[in-house]
Amino acid sequence: MAAAPIPGSGPRVARTMLGQVVLPGEELLLPESAGPGAEGSAEQTLRLGSVVRPRARVVCGPGLRRCGDRLLVTKCGRLRHKEPGGGGGGGGGVYWVDSQQKRYVPVKGDHVIGIVTAKSGDLFKVDVGGSEPASLSYLAFEGATKRNRPNVQVGDLIYGQFVVANKDMEPEMVCIDSNGRANGMGVIGQDGLLFKVTLGLIRKLLAPECEIIQEIGKLYPLEIVFGMNGRIWVKARTIQQTLILANVLEACEHMTTEQRKQIFSRLSES
Amino acid sequence: MLPKTFRHASWPSPEVVLYWLAFTWVEMETDLGSSAGGGDLSSRGFGCSLRHFACEQNLLSRPDGSASFLQGDTSVLVGVYGPAEVKVSKEIFNKATLEVILKPKIGLPGVAEKSRERLIRNTCEAVVLGTLHPRTSITIVLQIVSDAGSLLACCLNAACLALVDAGVPMRALFCGVTCALDPDGGLVLDPTTKQEKEARAILTFALDSTEQKLLMSTTKGLYSVAEFQQCLAAAQHASHHIFRFYRDSLQRRYSKS
Repeated sequence: MAAAPIPGSGPRVARTMLGQVVLPGEELLLPESAGPGAEGSAEQTLRLGSVVRPRARVVCGPGLRRCGDRLLVTKCGRLRHKEPGGGGGGGGGVYWVDSQQKRYVPVKGDHVIGIVTAKSGDLFKVDVGGSEPASLSYLAFEGATKRNRPNVQVGDLIYGQFVVANKDMEPEMVCIDSNGRANGMGVIGQDGLLFKVTLGLIRKLLAPECEIIQEIGKLYPLEIVFGMNGRIWVKARTIQQTLILANVLEACEHMTTEQRKQIFSRLSES
Repeated sequence: MLPKTFRHASWPSPEVVLYWLAFTWVEMETDLGSSAGGGDLSSRGFGCSLRHFACEQNLLSRPDGSASFLQGDTSVLVGVYGPAEVKVSKEIFNKATLEVILKPKIGLPGVAEKSRERLIRNTCEAVVLGTLHPRTSITIVLQIVSDAGSLLACCLNAACLALVDAGVPMRALFCGVTCALDPDGGLVLDPTTKQEKEARAILTFALDSTEQKLLMSTTKGLYSVAEFQQCLAAAQHASHHIFRFYRDSLQRRYSKS
């Protein structure tokens, strides 16, 4: 009579775990693409340092790490996978863990909403919810020159993008794209409401063809900005509508589709 | 039952109900005595069982992660902040600074609390991957809600679930198990205050989830080496149940999305 099976004991095949909850410390196995070193067994641990490299390139996303030749989980959440863009689908692609955390860690290329906390010389300090404030040059705005400074005050909301974000350096933001165009970025206008949600909800809302966004758009005319750092800025015609939208978005995270449909139909009636 | 902590005092009515449905409230009863079967444990006649477990995650709005953990009548509420800004004096250039604050139910923290803080911090440092967030701070604040024995174990369990909730990268999960040795040689897992008072020795272990290896141990009282090993084996056996409970409660938390 063996003791109860230990959760997370023994590595499991990543493919079979897709969409399931994984816990820190679990080990995942990747199906080895049909390489010559595949010793007859279908599944093998991902070998990075081995002579025979697997043909499929596997990318470890957030929540996963490589330890020697093993693939380990470091965060709790659902395991996700994306096939490589080039087709083929031979076991490669990106694996990551979709967790529901609240704290943001800056990532290069992310669009975020920040609050200007200080102006010092030619730099603004912007609070983005990470472990340290990001820096934003006054020249990183559309049409800004040494003569023509952008009108940014302490306390303003900034929608920008990270150009430098790694664990060892101070994050740096810009409000222009590579062509020097604002492309929607810059100082967010007056009024409106800023609130925070979990990072998981933001990712859900920003996913292509998100139903929630389409339904909300039908409800009231609105302006809305999503920051990957868990901040949402929303503005509707009246303060009441703004508040309703904020509450609905906040509550969306834990609602099932039916519950959400119910709420939306009730709101559109009133 | 725990005092419910309300996130928003004034919330429009239809949403508030939905919001509360969202919280996971998981309860479980474990009985090692029956499930141990014919293994070593029962043949020695431990007859041990863990008390009733319950946990709730993400119940506070301000911290990045929070959890409350109940073991019998012992209850601890934990908030985790991090990776957040760190004071320059506490900054470590190549890893995160881990801070643990243990708040007693009443009064100011004393020597006992400081000692427990240290034990919890050392355990957490062993599992948290601090190098992924250098020059940041991870603060764990534990509030004792009620102490009915096995407090340190409960603190450890609560801290682990709060760290998981906060999404702090970790090598593995960990749990705390307390064993008490009776004067007549019996072994009690997860003792109550009364059992702790009567015990000859009390041993608390922290174990990781990958190999059930020992992360931390603290003991009080007289015991032999053999007894220590016996307690450790029992704790390792019990840890399976705790980790299964972790898995169940986390799965339930993620089932909503």
